[in-house]
Amino acid sequence: MPTIEIDGRKLEVEAGKMVIQAADEAGIYIPRFCYHPKLSVAANCRMCMVEIEKAPKPMPACATPITDGMKVYTSSPLAVEAQKGTMEFLLINHPLDCPVCDQGGECPLQDQAVGYGKDVSRFTENKRVVKDKDIGPLIATEMTRCIHCTRCVRFGQEIAGVMELGATGRGEHMEIGTYVGRTVDSELSGNMIDLCPVGALTNKPYRFTARSWELVAGSGVSPHDCVGTNLEMHSLRNVVKRVLPVENDAINECWLSDRDRFSYQSFNSADRLLVPKIHESGNWMETDWETALRYTVQGVRAVLSHHGAQQLGALVTPTATLEEFFLAQKLMRSLGCHNIDHRLRQSDFSDDDIAPLFPTLGSPIEHLEHAKAVLLVGANIRKDQPLLGLRVRKASLRGARVMAINSLDYSFHFDLAGKVIAPPEEIPYALARVVAAMGDSADAPGGLRAWASSEPTQSEREIAELLQQAGKDAHIVLGLSAIAHPQFSVLRGLAQALQTRTGARLGVLAEANSVGGWLAGCVPHRGPVGQDVGEGGLHALDMLREPRKAFLLMGLEPQLDCLESRVAADAVDAAEFVVRMTAFDIEDGVPGDVLLPVTPFSETSGTYVNCEGRAQSTTGVVPPQGEARPLWKVLRVIGNLLDQPDFEYVSSEEVRRELVWDADAYQPHDMPRMLSEPETPANGKGIDVERVLDVPLYKVDPYVRRAPALQATRDNPAPAAYMNSEQAGKLAVENGDRIHAHMGESSVELDLIIDERVPTDSVYIPSGYHETAPLGGVGMVRIVKVS
Amino acid sequence: MNTRVRQLLRSFLLWELLKGLRVTGRHLFARKITVQYPEEKTPKSPRFRGLHALRRYPNGEERCIACKLCEAVCPAAAITIESEEREDGTRRTTRYDIDLFKCIYCGFCEEACPVDSIVETHIHEFHFENRGENVITKEQLLAIGDQYEAEIAAARGTDAPYR
Repeated sequence: MPTIEIDGRKLEVEAGKMVIQAADEAGIYIPRFCYHPKLSVAANCRMCMVEIEKAPKPMPACATPITDGMKVYTSSPLAVEAQKGTMEFLLINHPLDCPVCDQGGECPLQDQAVGYGKDVSRFTENKRVVKDKDIGPLIATEMTRCIHCTRCVRFGQEIAGVMELGATGRGEHMEIGTYVGRTVDSELSGNMIDLCPVGALTNKPYRFTARSWELVAGSGVSPHDCVGTNLEMHSLRNVVKRVLPVENDAINECWLSDRDRFSYQSFNSADRLLVPKIHESGNWMETDWETALRYTVQGVRAVLSHHGAQQLGALVTPTATLEEFFLAQKLMRSLGCHNIDHRLRQSDFSDDDIAPLFPTLGSPIEHLEHAKAVLLVGANIRKDQPLLGLRVRKASLRGARVMAINSLDYSFHFDLAGKVIAPPEEIPYALARVVAAMGDSADAPGGLRAWASSEPTQSEREIAELLQQAGKDAHIVLGLSAIAHPQFSVLRGLAQALQTRTGARLGVLAEANSVGGWLAGCVPHRGPVGQDVGEGGLHALDMLREPRKAFLLMGLEPQLDCLESRVAADAVDAAEFVVRMTAFDIEDGVPGDVLLPVTPFSETSGTYVNCEGRAQSTTGVVPPQGEARPLWKVLRVIGNLLDQPDFEYVSSEEVRRELVWDADAYQPHDMPRMLSEPETPANGKGIDVERVLDVPLYKVDPYVRRAPALQATRDNPAPAAYMNSEQAGKLAVENGDRIHAHMGESSVELDLIIDERVPTDSVYIPSGYHETAPLGGVGMVRIVKVS
Repeated sequence: MNTRVRQLLRSFLLWELLKGLRVTGRHLFARKITVQYPEEKTPKSPRFRGLHALRRYPNGEERCIACKLCEAVCPAAAITIESEEREDGTRRTTRYDIDLFKCIYCGFCEEACPVDSIVETHIHEFHFENRGENVITKEQLLAIGDQYEAEIAAARGTDAPYR
């Protein structure tokens, strides 16, 4: 290893590193604006000038590779003169509006101007002014403040994979901007706010509401996806004002997805439920906790004595914490009922008995970026788990071949080496043909033949070949659309067949904290940490299809959070007694008998388990608003009031201690004995088309649905029916037509939008919207033009 | 011997008493410094730090830009500010409260203000009759500023050469 000397300190540094990296590792400060460890070196701010022995001029530390015996001086008169000169040039055009700038107080330019700036400017000419751009609902711009470090440009190009910002003009006329009339739409765009060293790009929803020095930071974990992103919630007088990432190279590096960054808006939304409410004689009456809890317990007791424990059903949102899942299932099981589930968007539960302890990625997150081949099945990894998408993109940039078998031709930020885009019904067949294309094998699951009856297509052969080439460096990922697929068990079985054939890793990326749900036993067929519970109970879909007499709904909005939204709404409607524990006042028209205000994740302590099986505990960052209380406390008190034993917990840590599992013991998926038979195709599809269904990323849970900034982005498509032009031609409908979409007995009126991402014989109708909720879940749709 | 006689004489001639009365007598006839407050008042320095006020620009626009530097510098944490983006896109306060019981009239807020918005006027005669009146709001502060703008401006003008 080369030895260098910085400011008289001898350092051993890995060859190929830059001077600034060596200095950072040794804790020697060098001022900088454009250098960022995760971005490429641009060396255009010239702030990191240092003196290097035998170099005729000062050199930029970020772009000077170390050489053996190099002597660097970071604060010699020559270096300081260069740094001061650079600072003077930067300040020539930078406005003196720190008092109104949101970056004020946490601004590298402000800080470094104290160290390297002069107290009086020698510049008496006019400062330049740059027109502000509207680049979307998340980022506010003040382009006069820009110092052209191009961090945002490089972030878009290198990390987010979409070049949405760029620099035009040169010298004083250089401007950062978007393509004409375009906005920044990346699902990671919020990171540009953090990267910007000045106040040119600032947080729009947070704009002018607080100053950095008065905020109190509390750490948390994102519950919106299975990544377990580490974040910091900043609050002012107990109101969360903004969310920033916490660096954790094993999980989120230093990034944060927009969903995690802006979902905090829901904590302060106008429809927060702050007092318990009881439904009496057609009206919602506000009441106190004691009355509400007594009413709840009476109602549950009445159902227990009239109909028995089997008529209870409990559905828990996948965003709940491990402790909440645990107490929910403990409550239900101690009442003698196993009808509890958190898998609201799953429709095929037939392989529950052989499912692993919990759905995982199959490897640490970091390993994903070293994969040589990635096969995405029913996965929109870029939008559904933005930070895992980043890892796949990194892998792709390193030469990995990424392939997709999807029902929508999603636009990814990496190139696809092979893809099969087919209606949902065709997906298992396509995957089976990929397995079959690898040739016959003794360990193929039974029933494969029936699924792989036809010859593999060219692209399926290619996928098989690439997977075989990558061998155990391949990664197969089943995403949210795969989990929602009516043949999920077959997809999983086939993916396992691929896994055994190639030695690849297999990942199932479930929603939110679903891993915690599995571990805590919030599934009908298994207790905490996979305990055997004998017979088991009804899963989420059966509970709704064979409606129970009483429902306990924890944190979910049945119409928007359940896959079969119509069945869910009907079941809840028909129930005798419905308890809703929710952070938000009901707006969805689904009736309930009692509303118990629970807290969102900012006000709850608890544990989240991510897709690697990594458990991360957090404490609430602000006290509960109004009368709202954490769900685990509510469940504990209901347990007490129902006279159930062992509900004496005084903290969420105490609950957590009851759950112990071996985090390292990764339990592989069991091979299915037999794949279920394909259904014989309905005789003659006629004019019906299959519904492609997914939940757009800003509709996944009650929090993001209440974040106005996220709802205003372009990642939030209109609730409409999307089909390709070929299919539209067949059905004689045109872009912009009003159409009726019929599914079974229900129908909704929607706009028709031509979208070439949708395969023929199918129509994409997103879920998670009030407009599409009456339609229900997966199945065949009849499209009729409104005359 | 000599000193004993002197002491004796001083005692009998009431020398000590007269010496003391001399001071009394001098002050009896000297010019009085008593001010008949509140009818009469002493002059005040232009730097006097009394009741706070928020100023406006001549066009009526409030000066305060919600930078919160006064809140940050206040050693008694007497200032509470809430801010937001006003409709015209400028940064403005929605709340500007000063708790006059907490305030120690140090004048740091005035020093910190980049736009000369928060100032301490010469007013020192004020009282509260009800609990809670000690917290004065943005509206009250602006009203004080409007009422005394001429005097505030004059005092700042006088002190300007020394700032």
